[in-house]
Amino acid sequence: MLRKTTLVAALAATASFGAAAYAQEPVELRFMWYSDGNEGDVMADLLSRFEEENPDIKVVLDNVAYTVIRDQLPVQLEAGQGPDLARVTTLKDLAPHWLDLRDLVEDASYWEENFGNYLDWMRPEGSDIIPGYMTQLTVTGPFVNRTLFEQAGVELPGEDATWDEWAEAVKQVAEDQQIPIPLAMDRSGHRFTGPAISMGAGFIGEDGMPAVIDDGFKAMAERIARWHEDGTMSPEIWGSVSGTTYRGANEEFANAEVVMYYSGSWQIAQFEETIGDAFDWAAVPNPCGPAACTGLPGGAGVVGIKYTEHPEEVARLIDWLASEPVLKEFYERTLFLPGHKGLTEAGLDYQSDNPNVKESLDTFVGAVGNLAPLANRMPSWEWANVVYFAIIGRLGQVVAGELSLEEAYSRIEDDIAQQVEEAQR
Amino acid sequence: MSGIATFLTRRRGGASWHFTDVLAWIWLLAGLLLMFGPVVWLGLSSFKTRAALSEFPPTLLPYETSVVEVEGFDEPLPLYRVKTEDGEERLLVQVRRIGTVAQMADPEAPDEIIRVPLVAREPVREVRLATENYSTPFERYNFLRYFYNSVFVTVVATIITLIFNSMAAFALSKYQFKGRTAVLAVILATLMVPLSVIIVPLFSVINGLNLFNSLWGVILPTVATPTGVFLLRQYMLTIPDELLEAARMDHASEWKIYWRIVLPLAMPAVAVLAIFSVMWRWNDFLWPLIVLSDQELYTLQVGLNSFQGELNVQWHYVLAMTVVSMLPVVVIFAFLQRFITSGIASTGIK
Amino acid sequence: MTAEARHETAGERLAGLLLAPVRWGMNLIDRPMTWLQRRLGLGGVAAAFLAPNLLVFGIFVLFPMMLNVAYSFTGGGALFLNNRVFVGTLQYETLLSCRDFLDASSCREDRFWRAVGNTGFFVIVQVAALVLISLATALVLNREMRARGFWRAVFFFPVLLSPVVVALIWKWILQRNGLLNAVLVELSFEPTLWLVNRGWAMFWAIFLSIWAHLGFYTLILLAGLQAIPRELYEAAEMDGAPSWRVLTRITLPLLWPNLVVVILLALIRAVQVFDEVFVLTGGGPGTATLFLVQYIYETGLAQQVRNLGLASAASILMAAVLIVLTLVQLLASAWRERKEQR
Repeated sequence: MLRKTTLVAALAATASFGAAAYAQEPVELRFMWYSDGNEGDVMADLLSRFEEENPDIKVVLDNVAYTVIRDQLPVQLEAGQGPDLARVTTLKDLAPHWLDLRDLVEDASYWEENFGNYLDWMRPEGSDIIPGYMTQLTVTGPFVNRTLFEQAGVELPGEDATWDEWAEAVKQVAEDQQIPIPLAMDRSGHRFTGPAISMGAGFIGEDGMPAVIDDGFKAMAERIARWHEDGTMSPEIWGSVSGTTYRGANEEFANAEVVMYYSGSWQIAQFEETIGDAFDWAAVPNPCGPAACTGLPGGAGVVGIKYTEHPEEVARLIDWLASEPVLKEFYERTLFLPGHKGLTEAGLDYQSDNPNVKESLDTFVGAVGNLAPLANRMPSWEWANVVYFAIIGRLGQVVAGELSLEEAYSRIEDDIAQQVEEAQR
Repeated sequence: MSGIATFLTRRRGGASWHFTDVLAWIWLLAGLLLMFGPVVWLGLSSFKTRAALSEFPPTLLPYETSVVEVEGFDEPLPLYRVKTEDGEERLLVQVRRIGTVAQMADPEAPDEIIRVPLVAREPVREVRLATENYSTPFERYNFLRYFYNSVFVTVVATIITLIFNSMAAFALSKYQFKGRTAVLAVILATLMVPLSVIIVPLFSVINGLNLFNSLWGVILPTVATPTGVFLLRQYMLTIPDELLEAARMDHASEWKIYWRIVLPLAMPAVAVLAIFSVMWRWNDFLWPLIVLSDQELYTLQVGLNSFQGELNVQWHYVLAMTVVSMLPVVVIFAFLQRFITSGIASTGIK
Repeated sequence: MTAEARHETAGERLAGLLLAPVRWGMNLIDRPMTWLQRRLGLGGVAAAFLAPNLLVFGIFVLFPMMLNVAYSFTGGGALFLNNRVFVGTLQYETLLSCRDFLDASSCREDRFWRAVGNTGFFVIVQVAALVLISLATALVLNREMRARGFWRAVFFFPVLLSPVVVALIWKWILQRNGLLNAVLVELSFEPTLWLVNRGWAMFWAIFLSIWAHLGFYTLILLAGLQAIPRELYEAAEMDGAPSWRVLTRITLPLLWPNLVVVILLALIRAVQVFDEVFVLTGGGPGTATLFLVQYIYETGLAQQVRNLGLASAASILMAAVLIVLTLVQLLASAWRERKEQR
């Protein structure tokens, strides 16, 4: 570890020395970045290589908390401030602030071809700009603790098992093994939405506006409420915090206190580290409802910011980062699902010798192919986040015993209406 | 031994135990456990690995499974204490685990594989400090820079606060002028309004003044503390006006009266405000987070926050760096402990 | 005692050294100030003394508050005032539209009213408990004992920690896998989900904020206790007065001014409670520990469409109530002082 850093430092030093000898002051780009795992280190590695190849550009990686990206970056952007490029998740909502790279990248057709699916997620409605690329594609789905199933002697439900069958099975395992939380789901509206679509929820009205409360939605919401009542789910995840605050169950799962944990592909890298050899775990296909067996895609992307003073250098950097070999290395080292068509088709050679990791990655890659059309449409829908926030705030109150389901439904509709009204003023 | 006995039995004078003595000691010992315990716990936990942190039941000391080098294997293997079927206890290494069965071997004779159910083995553990929790962030992030920024913000803001607040307090306590009550009322009225509710308008102001992404943008909004003005004014009211009159007789200028007479006399209160200010500014979080964008300008508290991702928090780093950010305050306090506590105590804020 | 005295002179010497440049600067300011005094008289000097603080205060506190008032009459998702739409008193109407003001769930902004209720409860209980506990601690620390400095430090130490750190420490203790549950299991009790139970969550929120600030208020009270002349106690002892009577007849009345400061400062902090509790409970379970500042922050900044108008209106309502409370309290204490002087 130490040797690697010294090497990087030495490379960076020679790079900057080369630059000084080469020409004038290098252009400095500020890159706002957040990390869930090791991706910051990988990116720093890549950037020092980029600087070596491009001595006229110096990139400063500003490692920030995710809350900075979520709460502070929008404020900066609206003031016409901000970094030169950033890694963000609210790709659609802030799209008017992104820099159009179409005329700045070397080969726009490479971009169209490989990122075509995802460019809509980060464009303003109805435009065709190229704003950036996906650092990772995520898809929601369940993890199971296989060892617990084995010890309890319960068969893992098969590929097209329903949510109810899964709930039954995990409950059985938990009872047999004295596990406190049979089923856990991240406290997030985004996580709830995939299963709700499986149950037949429609979310998007014919006019493109939110139409959330329908029978499919109710079917999933009722199950959540029931599972909390009968002990299938524990109130400590959904019931513990308030409003839209996120709460995961990753630590509980790693500690073998959860039989099945509905989260997403991004957990794999940290499970490799935190679970280690303690038990066998795996991602399994999304449970089914009457309408589908789908998770929800999402992800984070790197975009250029419109207000940069160095659009050409930003484009050069993003073009380099999004080039196939660099991106391949990035995905393989971070264990992220690829958001790049060529790489998805060719397949990646992930750097892990843990069989649980490989199997889970394969499952999630498979899940991407199985997404319902509506699930694929959600990331590019402008009201998606408004809907997610309203859902989680109010269903959280149901779990905490403050609202009945009926009250929650009408509150969800009110909350969404209010947000839509404010946004359209 | 008798020394301890006298220490423990030393009380409010008198030779016999009064029930209040017992109560007082219970109070102190409970205080020691409740006030100090959690901090010690934090310190110990900061040396645990990420996996050990989520373990239950948690251990007091940071443990890690012992590993041994075994012939024929590249990686060192974890060591377990195994209860065999005949009730014997053996030390075995785990070669591989498949489902609920572990394949284990004697480290001396690694060729012979022994199958052991998981419940029958227990890891052999040893204390190991996960110092990488400390070293990695220092390699990866510029914590020394954050530290410098924190010191700069704290020192500069405190100095300006002390000067501005004491001047205002002097004017408000020692002069009669029109509008005095109005000024005082406005200052007092804002005493209770938290900064967090005016964040967006304040951000527009900072942005308009071009102070965004600058340490001065962090410092300036905090220096005109109403609490400081209020505390100092209350104290200065107790300084007799005759002292000022006498000085005026000697043709001292008003400025001299302020800093030669009133300020020295108000020193205890100024010291208290200084301590407040240092504590506030060192621990400020929300506002620097919004004003500072470039990493070179981060303060410690903001830097600490960068271990919190969208979906995962790197607790092992957060804990370790929390300890680091605490250390300066603790060291300062340890050295100046008497001075600070007796300073506050002698203020006699009225 | 002598050791302490020596320590202070050393501290003073250090302070003197540090203050040398300040002294030089102060002398420099003397000239223009004297000139000002000659030109404008005492009133002008007073203004000059007030000016720097008021200027900074005006720009960074008062002006944003005015802007905040303006915000509360606007709507829309835009961040800056010039892009926002004037909506009149709509936001206030939204906040105040309730069928029954005693039942939060009948209100349009039910979360606001839940936050109001929680904050009110928190302020009353927390301030009362905090004052009582710090008074008790101060009384204990005021006794004759060895290692007094150490004991003072024990209680003062948490004051030095940042709110986020305080909350993190306790979160680690209270979570399912935390220290407290481990101890309970060891003593063969059932582990409890402390932060999922509504009552316990509020209890720990109050506990935490007392834990973090106790030392500070204790020291203010200790200062008052030490200023009480010993002769009074000795006289009481000679009369054979029981200790509770000494407490209620001598200690408490003489401690009153310090108690007022403590109550005022504690109230201010309690109303503004946010960071610590937010990190600890996130406002949950449900909305059981959702407080006003968190409501304002979330409504204004942490939503998809930032509802700054509503957040500002809420903060104005909150500020109005607080200002009235502060002034009432100060008038009361001023009135009391005047009565005592008579």
